[in-house]
This record gives sequence, C-alpha cells and structure tokens, in this order.
Amino acid sequence: MNKILFFAHLRDEAGEESVMLEASGKTVAELKAFVAENYGIHKLDTAMAAINEEFAPNEEMIKEGDVIAFIPPVSGG
Amino acid sequence: MNYEISKVAIDIQAVIDKVVQREAGAITTFIGTVRELTEGKKTLFLIYEAYESMAVKKLQQIGDEIKERWNGAEVAITHRVGRLDITDVAVVIAVSTPHRADAYEANRYAIERIKEIVPIWKKEHWEDGQKWIGNQLETVSYPSGKPEGDDLNE
Repeated sequence: MNKILFFAHLRDEAGEESVMLEASGKTVAELKAFVAENYGIHKLDTAMAAINEEFAPNEEMIKEGDVIAFIPPVSGG
Repeated sequence: MNYEISKVAIDIQAVIDKVVQREAGAITTFIGTVRELTEGKKTLFLIYEAYESMAVKKLQQIGDEIKERWNGAEVAITHRVGRLDITDVAVVIAVSTPHRADAYEANRYAIERIKEIVPIWKKEHWEDGQKWIGNQLETVSYPSGKPEGDDLNE
C-alpha cells in the first residue's frame, strides 16, 4: 500500500489529509490521473509530486511502501 | 539544527547565533514579515502550513547550495507555521561569510529558493474570504510535474 498526502487547496478539495491506495506499478502521472478522477481534484496537473520527500518527475514509477505527496506551487517566505 | 519549522514565535537572535563564526566578517539577517496590504487588498491574518519533514530537508538543501557557491558561508533558517497576524515574523534567514558582499548575496539567494522549492503554503484571510496562495492564481505552475532544471534535488 501507499500513503498519499494532500496539502493546501488539494487537501481542501480531497476532504482529507491523506489516503491509503495501492499505487505501486503506477507512474506519478498515472497516479495523478487516478486521484484527480476519484477524489474530485481539479488542479492536480499544476502540482508537483514528491516520493519519500523528494521531488519526482511524472514518469517516475511508484514502488510498494512509497509515500507520495502532491505539492501545489509553494508560497512560503 | 540549523534548519527548522517552528510552531511558535521565532527567536531571531537564536537564529543569528547559529551562524556566528570566527572566520566571518559579516552576518546578514533576513526577516520576512506578514504584510497587511497586497495590491490594495487588506489581509486580516495568514495561516502557514508545511510538509514539515520535507520542508526541513529542502531548507538544508538550500544551505548546502549556498555553502557550495559562497566559500566559508554558514547558514541558519527558521520558518514559522500556524496562524500569523500582521507584522508577525514568518521566516528568519541568517548567513555569515568572511566578506559582506557574499553575505548579502547568499541571503537573497536563500529567500528566493525558499519561494521555489520548500513545501510551505500560506492561506490568506481577508474580510471577504480566504484563499490558498500560489495555486488558484496560477502565477506558478509545473507543466512537467516538477520544478525545472536546478530546482531539482541537487
């Protein structure tokens, strides 16, 4: 299983901070498409993804146990 | 612990003290504060949220980048999360270097990088509503799904 984390407006849209999904074998892009459709999230295409706390490109393959975070454009500072 | 996310008010002097070194001829300190007016719109307060474990790693990465670019630099960064009122301190960056020009440049580099790669978000609360900043405005987007080029995890 994989833990999927949502932040900022993505969390508001998903209605939860995190969900558990079977995502291993999917690419980041495939997971984005799946989550956007199943959790009603509209702006996922402008979000980055992090796998285990490091930015990951759309084509990266997710492995069993990886923690995936969807990261909207940041606004710290 | 030179890179921290803080749920309580930042002790500015404590951040500065972390970069004190005998080799330094200068320490620059950047203090980011909550502004009341943005393009004429009045902010009541802000909520900052972080993906804390990753945010600390990315602050560390920025410190490492600075040490590679500016010889002899020491860096400390603390970013606040939670509710902040107008004039509250959101971020403190301290950089020490042997010579002053480097301390100014490296400090500027740190705040610009924070705005690019550190997973922290602010939610603006106005009299007539609230919004997470950095998303719906779509002033920044990542069509490739990741930051470009050297924004990645060097």
